[in-house]
Amino acid sequence: MTKHFKSLLAATAVSTIMAFSAQAEEPVRGGTLIHTLYDTPRHLNPAVQSGIATGAPGAQLFAAPLRYDENWTPQPYLAKSWEWSNNGLTMTLKLVEGATFHDGAPITSEDVAFSIKTVQENHPFKTMFAPVTSVDTPDPLTAVINLSQPHPALLLAMSSHLLPIIPKHVYGDGQDIKTHPQNSENVVGSGPFKLVEFNRDQNIVLERYDDFFMEGRPYLDRVVYRIIKDASARTISLENGEVHMSTFELTTRNIQRMKKNPNLTVTADGYAAVGALEWLAFNTGSEGPVSDKRVRQAIAYAIDKNFILKALYQGLATEAKTGIHPGSPFYDDSVNAYEIDLDKANALLDEAGYAKGADGTRFDLTIDYGSVAAKPQAEFIKASLSKVGIKVSVNSFVDFPTWAQKISNYNFDMTMDSVFNWGDPVIGVHRTYDSNNIKKGVIWSNTQQYSNPRVDELLNEAGKEIDPEKRKALYAEFQEIVAEDIPNYFLNTSPYHTVYNSKVGNPPLGIWASGSPYDRVYLKE
Amino acid sequence: MHIVMTLLKRLIYAAILLTAVLVLNFSMMHFAPGDVADTIAASMGGADAETMAQIRVEYGLDQPFFVQLFAYIGRVLSFDLGYSYFYNTPVTELIFERLPATLLLAITAQVLAVVVGVLLGVFSARHPNGIANYFVTIFALFGYAAPVFWTGILLLIGFSLKIPLFPVAGMSDVTVQGGFFVKALDIAHHMVLPVLTLSSIFLALYSRLSRAAMLEVLGSDYIRTAKAKGLSNREVTLKHALKNALPPVVTLAGLQFSAVISGAVLVESVFSWPGLGQLALTSILARDTPTILGILFFSALVVIIGNLVTDLVMRLIDPRVRGHA
Repeated sequence: MTKHFKSLLAATAVSTIMAFSAQAEEPVRGGTLIHTLYDTPRHLNPAVQSGIATGAPGAQLFAAPLRYDENWTPQPYLAKSWEWSNNGLTMTLKLVEGATFHDGAPITSEDVAFSIKTVQENHPFKTMFAPVTSVDTPDPLTAVINLSQPHPALLLAMSSHLLPIIPKHVYGDGQDIKTHPQNSENVVGSGPFKLVEFNRDQNIVLERYDDFFMEGRPYLDRVVYRIIKDASARTISLENGEVHMSTFELTTRNIQRMKKNPNLTVTADGYAAVGALEWLAFNTGSEGPVSDKRVRQAIAYAIDKNFILKALYQGLATEAKTGIHPGSPFYDDSVNAYEIDLDKANALLDEAGYAKGADGTRFDLTIDYGSVAAKPQAEFIKASLSKVGIKVSVNSFVDFPTWAQKISNYNFDMTMDSVFNWGDPVIGVHRTYDSNNIKKGVIWSNTQQYSNPRVDELLNEAGKEIDPEKRKALYAEFQEIVAEDIPNYFLNTSPYHTVYNSKVGNPPLGIWASGSPYDRVYLKE
Repeated sequence: MHIVMTLLKRLIYAAILLTAVLVLNFSMMHFAPGDVADTIAASMGGADAETMAQIRVEYGLDQPFFVQLFAYIGRVLSFDLGYSYFYNTPVTELIFERLPATLLLAITAQVLAVVVGVLLGVFSARHPNGIANYFVTIFALFGYAAPVFWTGILLLIGFSLKIPLFPVAGMSDVTVQGGFFVKALDIAHHMVLPVLTLSSIFLALYSRLSRAAMLEVLGSDYIRTAKAKGLSNREVTLKHALKNALPPVVTLAGLQFSAVISGAVLVESVFSWPGLGQLALTSILARDTPTILGILFFSALVVIIGNLVTDLVMRLIDPRVRGHA
């Protein structure tokens, strides 16, 4: 009896130890992850609504053909293999077997073709699938994408929430997909979690899809997105443990505060593909002094970028010298970064023919900014430029549409702006510099009215260059020319941070932050 | 007969007021820079020219101002508030989703502010030179002067973070399962801080007003008579004085109801309370004209009804009002 008891005890001890050591690495099944969202998404269908608010729940509701690891390497997801052929004009996807939508219907190549067509026609990022001429479906598990020209960006465009695979038998029922009632209610998805309820300005409740095609995944039973718009309230809810995780946190003060909390991990990892950059944009097509390249260079030389990074952002943002995010494989950091040099700035301004007047002023400029958060930068730039004789007046930020109308109709000299790369340069970078994209009234087009035939040529070439090294070289030359022409003075990455409780295992630190599937995320204990 | 005439007159005024609310706000939204095509583009991280043009055609934003205005008014007259551009959902559905949350918050805060305000006012009127009186005055002025969002965050830091008694945000906890009673308790738990924040502004008004009214009444002849009759202090205060000091408080409470609703906008954003205020803020920033007009229409309606109720209550508590109409 005693012997028995002892051995039982020993066995329990061993299994407990095993369980403990296993727990350190092995994810645990079960639990409800409470996540914040900073705003209510318009709806939950990422095929026709891009952006971070829809992307976060969207990546859980819908699976994509590919997913990416933190080193920008594509990984199988709904597609078990993908292959270029015909000199980069054909892409063949082989789908995994046995994958089903949340209504139980099998996911077939027909659905992939339908999803690509839907995104191509309705998604705002037209460049993602612009070269796609047709999608063949030789059998239910094979999709062949035919292109009019080689299109290396296709791989990234097939990842995350950019290409959600949506069921043709639900969303192809003839109703307008952009206003389809099942974009917000009774969503039929293909991802690791299915929709339970969506209460605007309150929460989005997702539940594990038990028949998800990846064995044993997801680990979590439920994901609840709580919509909390106030940054301070989000901070407090993370601090008191009411919420497990928040992404896209931006306010310096709150981030610094959460860094001091021993239960929270604060990291800037995971935002490389989102690629949010902050820069000072010039209206190069204006009739004022900023149309002169030398004036723009002088302005850059007069601004101490280090002050913005160290004082305004307290080290939370990293320097970005070009229009491509430093986390991207195409980033070239050898370009001129315009280290502060007031003598050079003055010399350039003199050379441009703007001598100092009797009161020490050369000319007047205005500066706008696209969000309340950028006010300190605008004020700092005003102070910096007064040192070289440029009198700047700061136009206060009213709201987004007011600013967007002004900038996209070219009624500005300079503006602070924040623009996202969205993965491949073809999607989020080209639009800012391509002279074919000078589109009046459209915000985040080439609102600088920048035009350089060589740049157009380079972007065009890089967009269809399949060889990664050659492509990198083309983008390097592009970044060099833009640094010289300086339609934008590049400052830093947006200081987006992910904050999570120590209970959270496998937080989303890949390239798409919360826009990646949470099938591997788990809760400890 | 009188009351019917009054009601009829009120209804006509209400119709005029509601039309004015719609026309004025429609014009304001129309002439504000930017439109919903810009904000949809913003929510998507960018858009191309064709998509934006398509959005404008779909929502008729490419039509001349008067065409849009008359089309809108026409729809409202047929009891159709239209579709939200931003959420692609009927405006009435969006509003009825939120109205209960806002009314719950506003009415509870208003009742709390009136009851506590009057009690504090009566108390300090009875002890006009006591220490407690100064305490009440300072407390009331502090609540009135402090910005709502600041009071809100302060309460959050105090009672959600340092002493974690109350939840930070929202109206209910999705992980709470149970019957009606459990859910009601959960909502009540979430309500404490927002209600305190919102009522703190109005508490000051009611306590100052009832204090002044009580002081005036307490000095009058019939109070001296009542005291001379040998009635207790308590009876004099509650039965004689308070009854006569209440009418100005009730009038103010009615007038302030619209202020409580607008105060709710700020409180709702601090506490992520899923009410009309949050929807209003989002809709204005998104230039979602049908939604914002729908909200203004409903809040105007609520205020009109609030004022009507105030009038009726006044008739009950103040016989002098019944004579006029």
